[in-house]
Amino acid sequence: MGYQFHFGDVFAYKDLLIRGTLLTLELSAAATVLGLVVGTAGALARNSAHILLRWPAAVYVEVIRNTPFLVQLFFLFFGLSAVGVRLSAEFAALLAMVVNLGAYATEIVRAGLKSVGRGQIEAGLSIGLTRWQIFRHVVILPALQAIYPALSSQAIIVMLGSSVCSQISAQELTYAANFIQSRNFRSFECYLVATAIYFVLTVLLRQAFALVGRRVFRRS
Amino acid sequence: MIQFTIWDILRNLLLAARWTVGLSLIAFVGGGALGLVMTMLRVSKSRAARVAVRCYIEVIQGTPLLMQLFLSFFGLALIGFDVSPLAAASFSLTLYTSAFLAEIWRGCVEAIPRGQWEASSSIGLTYLEQLRHVILPQALVIAVPPTVGFAVQVVKGTALASIIGFIELTKAGTIINNATFRPFLVYGMVAAIYFCLCFPLSLYAKKLERRLDVARKA
Repeated sequence: MGYQFHFGDVFAYKDLLIRGTLLTLELSAAATVLGLVVGTAGALARNSAHILLRWPAAVYVEVIRNTPFLVQLFFLFFGLSAVGVRLSAEFAALLAMVVNLGAYATEIVRAGLKSVGRGQIEAGLSIGLTRWQIFRHVVILPALQAIYPALSSQAIIVMLGSSVCSQISAQELTYAANFIQSRNFRSFECYLVATAIYFVLTVLLRQAFALVGRRVFRRS
Repeated sequence: MIQFTIWDILRNLLLAARWTVGLSLIAFVGGGALGLVMTMLRVSKSRAARVAVRCYIEVIQGTPLLMQLFLSFFGLALIGFDVSPLAAASFSLTLYTSAFLAEIWRGCVEAIPRGQWEASSSIGLTYLEQLRHVILPQALVIAVPPTVGFAVQVVKGTALASIIGFIELTKAGTIINNATFRPFLVYGMVAAIYFCLCFPLSLYAKKLERRLDVARKA
């Protein structure tokens, strides 16, 4: 193979790579927090006795989980701007990520709520706690602990999926790689470096989640 | 300017959807075959093989599919293959699918009690015979529901092939949208077609899972 690798040409643009990596991390962090909020609301709606809450939540979950993230992103970004709602690419990317993660988080949180035994809730009722107090003091911590592994791997999946946001020119890591290779024509090296950065992020995030998990759920 | 009726849009999207289905089948069949080999190596006695396959799976699962597509597209060209977008997409989706299926199937193989391995080795079966006659038939039963579930991920994954210029459902949607400027309508229809492909698979996976649960409790 007569190909000469030129990684120097890629690292000449290291500022762009760093900025892209930071935006990838920011988008992922914000999407994870907001997605968890949407997921919790979704799970409560999905478990509600009211059909007008239960059905829309179920439809939301199934529609999002059975269509590609890329199409959701295009639908939101191009669709909203066609009806006059001007979103920056970054905001549209965040919105799509939250909508996407929210659907998966709904199912994850729902499984977590289910994992708390009926007896626990009945015990709470019998000592006179209100529904909110039961949720706050009895249900939430064991439920969070049960879903923590699933939730953290879903957060990593969303981080990796955010590479697609380059397609609406949100300037995250993949966008940086695309931009650099359009300047120096070193496509393979650019994408190799970006892939390596994503991999390092995945490994680091996984460690961080494990560390936080051990700290938070130490009691049990 | 040519006017597109809704039927024109739908018809063209459906024509393009054939490529989404085709690419999904290629990825699933190729990835299934490669994934089976990976699974066998992953549970083999050779430490080197196990570690190598684990690294392979970690790297594929720890990097974006889009990057894998780009690397295949530009990398295969680099080592002298003249790759079409279809070839590059097939290649990287096959690798992607094989890594996930290998990980799913490893779990299924490991769910088979150790006694089964010991019993089959005590009657003198070789490693391949053990897998072929004792372990895989049992693992297959529990492997079907998650495998069908993963097929949904494969179908959705093919949407990324549009980014390297392969004309499937999503790319067709982009092209049509550029001509009609009706993004909600066009991408809504694109999403609906994906939904029609994926939702039955999701339902089927859920049904199989429930049936397996009942069988296990019985």
